[in-house]
Amino acid sequence: MKYLDEFSDPALAGKLLDRIHEVTTRPWAIMEVCGGQTHSIIRHGIDQLLPDGIEMIHGPGCPVCVTPLDMIDRALEIAAREDVIFCSFGDMLRVPGSERDLFRVKSEGADVRLVYSPLDALKIARQNPDRQVVFFGVGFETTAPANAMTVYQAQRLGVENFSLLVSHVLVPPAVAAIMESSTCRVQGFLAAGHVCSVMGTREYPPLAERYEVPIVVTGFEPLDILDGLRQTVTQLEAGRSEVENAYPRAVAEHGNPAARQMLEDVFEVTDRSWRGIGMIPRSGWRLSGKYRAFDAEYRFDVGGINTEESSVCRSGEVLQGLIKPNECAAFGTLCTPRNPLGATMVSSEGACAAYYQYRRLDLAGSGATS
Amino acid sequence: MTQEARDHTDLVAVPHPSAAVDPAAWTCPAPLRDSPTIVMGHGAGGAMSAELVQHLFLPGYGDAATPDLGDSAVCTVGGRRLAFTTDSFVVRPTFFPGGNIGDLAVNGTVNDLAMSGARPLFLSTAFILEEGTPLEELNAVARTMGEAAGRAGVQLVTGDTKVVDSGHGDGIYVNTAGVGLLDENVHIGPDRARPGDVVLLSGEIGLHGIAVMSSREGIEFGTTVESDTAALDSLVQHMRATGADLRVLRDPTRGGLAASINEIAVASGVGIEITERDLPVPEAVSSACGLLGLDPMFVANEGKLVAIVPAEEAEQVLAAMREHPRGEKAAVVGECVADHPGAMVSRTGLGATRVVDLPVGEQLPRIC
Repeated sequence: MKYLDEFSDPALAGKLLDRIHEVTTRPWAIMEVCGGQTHSIIRHGIDQLLPDGIEMIHGPGCPVCVTPLDMIDRALEIAAREDVIFCSFGDMLRVPGSERDLFRVKSEGADVRLVYSPLDALKIARQNPDRQVVFFGVGFETTAPANAMTVYQAQRLGVENFSLLVSHVLVPPAVAAIMESSTCRVQGFLAAGHVCSVMGTREYPPLAERYEVPIVVTGFEPLDILDGLRQTVTQLEAGRSEVENAYPRAVAEHGNPAARQMLEDVFEVTDRSWRGIGMIPRSGWRLSGKYRAFDAEYRFDVGGINTEESSVCRSGEVLQGLIKPNECAAFGTLCTPRNPLGATMVSSEGACAAYYQYRRLDLAGSGATS
Repeated sequence: MTQEARDHTDLVAVPHPSAAVDPAAWTCPAPLRDSPTIVMGHGAGGAMSAELVQHLFLPGYGDAATPDLGDSAVCTVGGRRLAFTTDSFVVRPTFFPGGNIGDLAVNGTVNDLAMSGARPLFLSTAFILEEGTPLEELNAVARTMGEAAGRAGVQLVTGDTKVVDSGHGDGIYVNTAGVGLLDENVHIGPDRARPGDVVLLSGEIGLHGIAVMSSREGIEFGTTVESDTAALDSLVQHMRATGADLRVLRDPTRGGLAASINEIAVASGVGIEITERDLPVPEAVSSACGLLGLDPMFVANEGKLVAIVPAEEAEQVLAAMREHPRGEKAAVVGECVADHPGAMVSRTGLGATRVVDLPVGEQLPRIC
């Protein structure tokens, strides 16, 4: 496929790996921010090929993983209502709330539908004027423009039975929160390429400067990730901490102006809780006053639902890079993709699920299969 | 009944603490977990389907159950060995690029028989129809079934029709059961793979799953992806004519190549290593999978087979496959090893390795 195969070329990957080995003289801990990058690193086995001292810390950029438990419980409460058609992207369906997940609610008779775009949910709303149609709008800056567009269209077309359950979160405040943590070990960041394709790169120089960390905007294919790593290690070895763009084919400095304008109109910044991390001030978006009527939290009055995380689950430490997934006692025993205790075990982008799927044999020692 | 491979991955796991499942209903050694009701994952051909068989159907059937590990059961009647299988088809939409529920139902059962090495002979056809289904649609399905049976050389010898109230079905559901005869010298089974054996794949993967998904969801991927639904018995006969020892044959339908390879690895007690670079994946399938966050190894096929043969006979069998129209793009995709018995390991394009597990339930498209 164009833009996929070219960026997986083994010969070029070998050259980039050679270059990384050449420039590396010391151990470095580098965080890839985005879950898509985590998935790609583990799926292609990139971390197995890096110099011994280079440690990848898997960041909090998986929307499924950081959506807080009480937001899942709100979704479940809304989805279970008889008058509601609840629409969601696929990988939210298996995220455990405190007692069940959307698959369970569906099996109990709720009308839960998997869609590939929020605009499909709007179409469903227009086809079912006597039902309430709710879309679960989760994700980072990447998925936000489509959700913003959908709410904008709903208002423009007067589709009053549509609403959005919003749980949008933002990358730069999370990067700041990670660097502020007293236990932080991260020395460099691969920034999330698709987030930057929307927002541009201008939010990052102040972060690189304040925390003295290199931040390299990086894509998702093997060559993208290797080139991002090469640039990050080169900066670290030279004692530089700058923002560089290793994903120029998708990311412009100013991002996507049309998308940003839409985001500014539809959303406003708010405090958000992150599953496993906690409250980060001004780290998310909610619908702005002008569009409040389309906010499912208000429409269904579920804002009062508050739930606590499983005390066994250490996904917070995983998301902050303090432990590797297999260092959690529940990993692979109490907690598996079948019975996830925390969201990092649910999505294939989650660090725990990626380790479970692709690394179980290495971690358990040769010969073990259970 | 087709017996799925045992759930080998997490027999030691305990139930989710919050799952409201009645412990009294559990059967040893591992309980049915997650849900007190049927969920979609129970029908997806992965670990949940296998667990339903292992912990509900088999204990329920008791002594009456003598399941066979293969795609078909092989029974001996009057000195002759008979292959017997059944499969239900609930695909939505009924008509999709490259086929419809009718040829899918005939080819699927023919292929389950063919994977045991049997010559498929007779099929039954049973319909569950929803009130209001246009006769025109049913007629089109029936004609396609006749044509598919003709191509596969099987006879449709008995059938049944039931109608359910509007809203209690989804148009047309079809069940087919089939019987075939095995020659005396044929011994093909999922437990016969040995370290050193070679894994052959008859062609491009992922076509049926993507064809159905794109027509169901109205997603276009540049070119129309057509289902690969086809009967494979003549390909199998052609492979058998080489005289080589076909140890394992499997058609990787639900759960895709990953599910079939995992099942073989568990049943045979070998490790199986697949080289990703050697997998024939059509460009449109890899584009679609890239877009939806799916792995082609988990996407369904309806006209492909995996064969495991001794290394010294691999070249001969591969050549025979490539002579046949259903195997033109056949390739060597991996080998069986003594390491990590029961597990499938994939060598990535970059030369690293990863475990490829049996899918739990349905594969879920990722958000981004």
